[in-house]
Amino acid sequence: MTDTVANASAGTASSVMPRLKMAGITKRFGPTIALGGVSLAVHAGEVHALIGENGAGKSTLMKALSGAHQADTGAMWIDGQPYQPKSPLDGRDFGVAMIYQELSLAQHLSVMENIVLGDEPRMGPFMRWGEVRRISREALAHVGLEDLPLDTIVSTLSNAQQQLIEIARSMATGAKVLVFDEPTSSLSQHDIENLFTLIRELKAKDYAIVYISHFLEEIQEITDRFTVLRDGQSVGSGVTAEAEVANIIAMMVGRDVKDLYPRSDRVVCERVCEVRNVAGIDKPADVSLELHRGEVVGIAGVVGAGRTEFFRCLFALDSVRSGMIKIETISGNAGGNFTPHQLWDGGVGIVSEDRKREGLATELSIADNLTMASQPFFITPGWQSKACEPWIEKIPIKCASPFQPIDGLSGGNQQKVAIARLLHSNVDILLLDEPTRGIDVGSKAQIYQLIDELASGDPENGIKPKAVLMISSYLPELLGTCDRIGVMCKGKLGAIKAIADVDEHSIMLEATGTEDMQ
Amino acid sequence: MNQKVLKIAGQAGPLIALIFVFGLFAILGGGDFCQWGTMNDILMLSAIVGIAAVGATLIIISGGIDLSVGCTLAAVTIILARLLNLKSGDTYLVEQYPVLWPLCAAIGGIVLGGAIGLLIGAAVVGHIGRAAAVILGGLVIVWLRDGNSMPLVVCILLGIVAGGILWYLNRVTIKKTPLPPFIVTLGLWASLRGAAKWMAGGSAVYTDIDEVDGTAIWLNNLMRDIKVGDLILPMPGVWIWIVLAIVIGLMLTYTRFGRHIYAVGSNENTARLCGINVEKTKILTYVVAIGCAGIAGVLRFSWLGMGDPTTDMGTELLVIAAVVIGGASLNGGVGGIGGTIIGTLIIMIVYKGCTVLGLENFVQEIVTGAIIVAAVALDQVRHRKAE
Repeated sequence: MTDTVANASAGTASSVMPRLKMAGITKRFGPTIALGGVSLAVHAGEVHALIGENGAGKSTLMKALSGAHQADTGAMWIDGQPYQPKSPLDGRDFGVAMIYQELSLAQHLSVMENIVLGDEPRMGPFMRWGEVRRISREALAHVGLEDLPLDTIVSTLSNAQQQLIEIARSMATGAKVLVFDEPTSSLSQHDIENLFTLIRELKAKDYAIVYISHFLEEIQEITDRFTVLRDGQSVGSGVTAEAEVANIIAMMVGRDVKDLYPRSDRVVCERVCEVRNVAGIDKPADVSLELHRGEVVGIAGVVGAGRTEFFRCLFALDSVRSGMIKIETISGNAGGNFTPHQLWDGGVGIVSEDRKREGLATELSIADNLTMASQPFFITPGWQSKACEPWIEKIPIKCASPFQPIDGLSGGNQQKVAIARLLHSNVDILLLDEPTRGIDVGSKAQIYQLIDELASGDPENGIKPKAVLMISSYLPELLGTCDRIGVMCKGKLGAIKAIADVDEHSIMLEATGTEDMQ
Repeated sequence: MNQKVLKIAGQAGPLIALIFVFGLFAILGGGDFCQWGTMNDILMLSAIVGIAAVGATLIIISGGIDLSVGCTLAAVTIILARLLNLKSGDTYLVEQYPVLWPLCAAIGGIVLGGAIGLLIGAAVVGHIGRAAAVILGGLVIVWLRDGNSMPLVVCILLGIVAGGILWYLNRVTIKKTPLPPFIVTLGLWASLRGAAKWMAGGSAVYTDIDEVDGTAIWLNNLMRDIKVGDLILPMPGVWIWIVLAIVIGLMLTYTRFGRHIYAVGSNENTARLCGINVEKTKILTYVVAIGCAGIAGVLRFSWLGMGDPTTDMGTELLVIAAVVIGGASLNGGVGGIGGTIIGTLIIMIVYKGCTVLGLENFVQEIVTGAIIVAAVALDQVRHRKAE
């Protein structure tokens, strides 16, 4: 199965036939040209990054590769053999395995049942369980999970472990090409390192690996070559080690993104929020902070530190066990006995970290979502239009009309609607929980621009600066946009320091609790 | 372009189906079908189910469901019959106040609907204590009334007070146990009819008085055609249906409460995040919706001329079918009154059309079932294509 001729060292082989080759792939959906002639070549033992904004055509290209779509024109080869899958099952038979962001394991079944799912060793209608166990044990050994009991129910495993099971599954079915689609978005730093180690082992075993990710630092760390897509075309490719991040970003967005994190003059004004020793039911354990107009305060920390739980306590979505919350724009009791309605009315707004499950109502229109927190008793389409127009134009939000259902929008534009909701409700305090997670670079840039404008205000024209409290797991983003940063670890928020006094290293130390004796 | 076509198809889908079904029976039935009498009959058949369906639309958009609406209709007819049979001394109240008293009785029926809605809403939201409060209120009324001859008004007032006290005492319930609407209304479906039979004292309740001074009580005329000279106009029940549908439809689209119903049905978490009082919205939705069912119950009473605890068995499913054919999604967040009206009409056109054509009952039933499945399947296709 494996081509022993392929070289173990990465990427530079041009005399050897690529394991995967796609040439001239086009795909139209009605009048929309999703792919306008894209080519891609990945050699055995190479990790090839596929980079591009949302809507650039990455997922369409991968769907063509996996067999979920049939390309209109173009051709594909695997190990030199023509490859024209009619369905994803076809693709799997030919050795193409997709590892998606949303895992596709059967949650209620066991590990071994999942590994052989769809290709079960059978004798007539009967399962050959002995064979199933053997295959599963072998596959698990490849991904470093040899100690995992085979009958563990998948839903009890962590995200990272489930991802490894998916990889094991691909290897068990004889894959030659592995495609990783945003594999690290919900992984901790430790799990990411494990994954990269595994990918390097897979490289050594001559798999051809396509790696799709928004995180350019990851791409620099793990990939050998890259291809950049923009608007359905491949606009550049090269050797990762020789490319500069700025150039790659420029290729992605088609313009010079000199300053991804704009920073105007910000003047810190009056305090708008004070939190003292807030503790929730389980998390957070102890959070104290102060927030002023004119500043962006960031909260860093690893997954599970309790940051989102803190926001939920702050916004009265979860119970506060003890502590005081004082919001100067709302008169009334301290101690956090507000309701979300009072908070919106009093000038506090929140953007949830989970767009799909909490942030937005997907069946409803853009207008409904945007205005949901502040609506008059009688609502006319005219009013809704007028309410949405300024934000659609300013941020901007790419859509056909404000009455379009929001699920038609790209992730980036959906997130902009979630943020526009705060602007429509005219809030003074913005609580942003992972505001740029899972969206394209272009949208990210627009959001950073927006945050900067909100935090600086426009004193000459009477626009007061706002206060922004931002949770993020993406350190460059925090360092780029914030004025002060605090780190949460195991439910406790450490001292908030000025941006000049921290760097990525110190934040990571504090976040993982290795900074001082615990 | 494709998106737009799909969108129009989705919204116009039920309308196209309506035209198709109507056209089909028009061709097959010819003159027998295409006469005013048949059209009027269809409207008449649609009115009661239609009003209940308007209310059910609200519930389904909010993400809930009601399996007990048929039982509510039955209970309301019983209440109405009992109220109309009330005497004050030796004379019937309805003889003393031939216009006002039936109105009070009708309002009583609607309030019963609202109270049942309050019960369901409280249970769905998890306020078991408050749900119990409603039941307590009802029990107090019945118990006081049964035991002795206290005036009905006093019984009702005491019942409201007792229920109100318990409701208020339960306002700070911290631990709530939300129950799925399916289960709550299933339980009600099982028990409400029993309660109705208890109220009826066993079987049907006949009204002692049908006319006062030679004129029929107006309440009994709601489901009879209006004759203006030679012209036969649709009965008051039909007009009530139309007006109610317009009012509720406007409320759904143009008021904040309507938008909140959609929000809660589409994504409860989002609604809560945006400051919407999800629980209040749900309870209010059930109260309004089953209040509508109360109106339908009043019409059912007019239709039957008596109180019948066994009426409307299976109506709940017709109501749900009408809403679903009209394009609403049982997952919530999608639907509208216009679609429900179309769904109701489609069901009744099929029913009446089959009768006109002389087809056996089972044909109508099978066709209706096929339409329900087709409507939902089309809706699923539309949703999948939109992704």
